[in-house]
Amino acid sequence: MTAALRLPATRPGSRIMSVGSYRPSRVVANDEIAARIDSSDEWIRERTGIIERRFAAYDESVVDMAVAAAGKALANAGVAPEAIGMVLLATVTHPYQTPSAAAEVSDRLGTRKAGALDIGAACAGFCYGLGLADTIVRTGTAEHVLVIGVEKLTDFVSPTDRGAAFIFADGAGAVVVGPSDHPGIGPVVWGADGSQKDAITMTQSWIEYRDEPAEQYPVLTMKGQQVFRWAVGEISKVCTEALEAAGITSDDLVAFVPHQANMRITDAMVRALKLPEHVVVARDIATTGNTSAASVPLALDALLQSTDLPSGGLALLVGFGAGLAYAAQVVELP
Amino acid sequence: MSQEILEGLAAIVNEVAGTPVADITADKAFIDDLDIDSLSMVEVVMACEDKFGVSIPDGEVKNLKTVGDAVAYIEKAQA
Repeated sequence: MTAALRLPATRPGSRIMSVGSYRPSRVVANDEIAARIDSSDEWIRERTGIIERRFAAYDESVVDMAVAAAGKALANAGVAPEAIGMVLLATVTHPYQTPSAAAEVSDRLGTRKAGALDIGAACAGFCYGLGLADTIVRTGTAEHVLVIGVEKLTDFVSPTDRGAAFIFADGAGAVVVGPSDHPGIGPVVWGADGSQKDAITMTQSWIEYRDEPAEQYPVLTMKGQQVFRWAVGEISKVCTEALEAAGITSDDLVAFVPHQANMRITDAMVRALKLPEHVVVARDIATTGNTSAASVPLALDALLQSTDLPSGGLALLVGFGAGLAYAAQVVELP
Repeated sequence: MSQEILEGLAAIVNEVAGTPVADITADKAFIDDLDIDSLSMVEVVMACEDKFGVSIPDGEVKNLKTVGDAVAYIEKAQA
């Protein structure tokens, strides 16, 4: 008879133990961007709600920023690097096809017993990672998981793209997910609509670039109106599904932390969801810009620093972006 | 032209952009006359789809320059 395989003991839940973030030091106001795209501070504010954003230094990498944010998250959790069983790093701007940024970050953090991989789900990447981390901890596969969202979008957006240059920015955010005696991370609702892959994509493939080199290497490009419509129409429904999956209503929330895509998208989603007045809405985009996979943990950290939201209070997180990939879940605040 | 659709559309534009209902007539252009930009136009289109039970694909939106264009499109789509 074949020997039976043993599985680790499962856990009743997982939770976000801590958050850490890294914002590059250079503050870039709208005027600097506007000069390059024949626009104005007022136009950018009206279309996006962005007042300023942070740009990383030339020699500051995705790995550097991820290590900085994750180091803070580890310190805030009081968890030793050796206790991390998995490093999940969400990014679309690590400039190497391989090896992963996660492997390098793991080495620099000293998380020597951890698996490490990158997640390519664009602006939804952090919430995908959080969903995976919850499962990994609950199944007993690892006790602690580091989830990082990091982007250096200034390397992959043309500074003269009139549809994107004023939106995207750089930064990193991270959380430590660990065991809990009850569910501190609700069920993830996720999906992807590849039929709309052209809505946010690269200007060409690396193969096309190799065969016909152009002045500009492949960069991100976005159909703003198409994304706006999808985000407001479909993602609001995804948010409602995440609340239902967790068995709560919007009355039970203390905070809403959507991917910081555009203030106008956040405003329209808040209206569509009919969120009660007491729910605090993250609007970190005003001073951070759109940092894709990093935006949810950056906005979460900013909210925790600037408000006195109760530990254990419920927050709805949602990420959405290229692929058109999305993921949402309700979490207890650390 | 359907007065009912015009009034319904005017209510939507008023809600999205705050433009006074009395100013929203068939000859007005959304972007040039009514304080609607490309993103609020998407909100207007989505609200029209809900309110009038029609589908207005992304590719059609750029053809709807005036309030009259939109009313005519909705009338035809409902027929």
